[in-house]
Amino acid sequence: MSFISYLKDGISLGSIYAIIALGYTMVYGIAKMLNFAHGDVIMVGAFVILAAITKAGLSPLLSVLLAIIVCTVLGVTIEMIAYRPLRKASSNLAVLITAIGVSYLLQNVALLIFGADAKSFVTVIDVPALKLFDGQLTIKGITIVTIIACIVIMAGLTFFVKKTKPGRAMQAVSEDRDAAQLMGINVNATISLTFAIGSGLAAIAGLLLCSAYPTLTPYTGAMPGIKAFVAAVFGGIGSIPGAMIGGILLGVIEIFGRAYISSQVADAIVFAVLIIVLLVRPAGLFGKNIQEKV
Amino acid sequence: MRNLKKVLSITAAAALTVAAMTPTAVYAEEETFKVGVIGPMTGDYAQYGTNVYNAAKIAIDEVNANGGFNGYQVELLDAGDDQGDPEKAVNAYNDLLDKGMQMLCGTVTSGACIAVGAEAAESTFLFTPSGTAVDCITAGTNEFRMCFTDPMQGTKSAEFISEKGLASKVAVLYDSMADYNVGIHDSFVASAEELGLEVVADEAYTTDSNTDFSVQLSKIKESGAELVFLPNYYSDNALILQQAADAELNVKFFGVDGMDGILSVENFDTSLAEGVMLLTPFSATGEDEATVNFVKAYNDAHNGETPNQFAADAYDVIYAMQLAANDAGITPDMSNEDISAALSASMLNIELSGLTGTAKWTEEGECDKAPKAFEIKDGVYVEVE
Repeated sequence: MSFISYLKDGISLGSIYAIIALGYTMVYGIAKMLNFAHGDVIMVGAFVILAAITKAGLSPLLSVLLAIIVCTVLGVTIEMIAYRPLRKASSNLAVLITAIGVSYLLQNVALLIFGADAKSFVTVIDVPALKLFDGQLTIKGITIVTIIACIVIMAGLTFFVKKTKPGRAMQAVSEDRDAAQLMGINVNATISLTFAIGSGLAAIAGLLLCSAYPTLTPYTGAMPGIKAFVAAVFGGIGSIPGAMIGGILLGVIEIFGRAYISSQVADAIVFAVLIIVLLVRPAGLFGKNIQEKV
Repeated sequence: MRNLKKVLSITAAAALTVAAMTPTAVYAEEETFKVGVIGPMTGDYAQYGTNVYNAAKIAIDEVNANGGFNGYQVELLDAGDDQGDPEKAVNAYNDLLDKGMQMLCGTVTSGACIAVGAEAAESTFLFTPSGTAVDCITAGTNEFRMCFTDPMQGTKSAEFISEKGLASKVAVLYDSMADYNVGIHDSFVASAEELGLEVVADEAYTTDSNTDFSVQLSKIKESGAELVFLPNYYSDNALILQQAADAELNVKFFGVDGMDGILSVENFDTSLAEGVMLLTPFSATGEDEATVNFVKAYNDAHNGETPNQFAADAYDVIYAMQLAANDAGITPDMSNEDISAALSASMLNIELSGLTGTAKWTEEGECDKAPKAFEIKDGVYVEVE
């Protein structure tokens, strides 16, 4: 029974990684850049929800919508101010370092505004827990909501990218930016749209993360952000279903590592998985191994 | 005309001074003791440093109204801000010495205190309100401490649990990456075994993964523990209590001074903390006269803010300094070394009845006092007799 119970805990944790990884992989897949500030946009989203409910007295639904709008605007602004000017830079490293800088900027601004004290998150999602096997196994409501949200978002994103016109423009930009531009696709607008969607997802991820683990500090997004990045690489960065499967597998590995090996080296196990995957399957579980043509 | 004014004002000042003074001391304006505070006034730990400084200020104002240090008035220098960083703390220490500091109430955080302790050894009297690491005051014989050390907290907790018969099977859940938590954990486990308490689960987490405790709590539940010892800061403990409730782990939870503050975590459902016990030197909800007066003075001076245990420790430090200064008969014209030696000798003679309990000091500079235990009932601390 304890095995099933740990498996369930792993899926709960993994579903959170999955939803963050979806945002990571979306931006990477299209804009070909690692947005290390993604975890911190999640933190901003969570703070907006918390402040809207406790300070402004808005309803939970309105607060979440507000957070989505704030995060979308924030994501697009960050892209325009910090990343776009560097897109022509000779090395991808410049934009990567900038992303780390943006991450620290968001953390420290949040520290200035909200302070370092941990705050408890309010209950926004109130779904009763599911009891199985005469109450021996309890699945928390938030886990069910997170998994459903993951599946819906995954399906929605896949449909959007494959079937709609802006989605196909994203695919084109992803495959060959210059050729896409020659075909009359507005590359900057397409990348802005990608950031808008990725950051809007971050607000939802912030809601689910802080509902599952109801504590909020300016650093709340940092570690889950990095783990979700590992999950995205594990699943094949750029692949939307890969992010979801990678996230859930990573959560299960982390919990099993904690349960059966040691709770103190669980993080080391997570990062060891990243190294092994990169050695064995550099493109990840679902990633396409693209040959560079000369 | 100008001369007449001057004469008048001097006479008036002299009259006032004589009226305000105790009869033993006659002093010029610069004959005051200068006390410094070093701690984090900005940054992540700012609330600790500002609490210490504000409380020291309140205590010094009160001390000045009732005789000062050995009859001399006491001046609190501007706070030295170290942001909890050892290097900045040493800089702040040297800066305060330049400003004439004769005794130090600080530093506030352990790492910084160890660094300043090495500088102050056998030269300037150091009295830390809240540096809990053992090495904070081991550098010199002129260094004293108001709070318990980390290992003492663990030992006292095990003794309390055993004496009160709270449990025979105990579990521990702690952050194995932080010195504070590890120090208390190690001494708790060692003392618990000596006292015949059975440690049935000893679970750890790391600072980097301090959000998901599901595995550790399942293991504790399976172990049949009757009490879980949580030597962690309140922010982690708040999450642990929430997840323990989800996991239907219905046991007693026991914390130390880091647990203090759990009721003021924003939006925290305080019913989850119902029945939690903690050993901590001070609670602002205490009902004895000294606590009520102190909390009121602090509220009034700082926009209704409530002082924490750091504030109470600092308040007691100033009063202990007063007792030692009176016992030693020091005067402001003495050198720092002489003041330091005289105060250190007198520290062994005094007994302080302060906010954090009745305290005496050992030659090692450690404070010897009974721990105070509180239980959370209906969302407030209730002292356990």
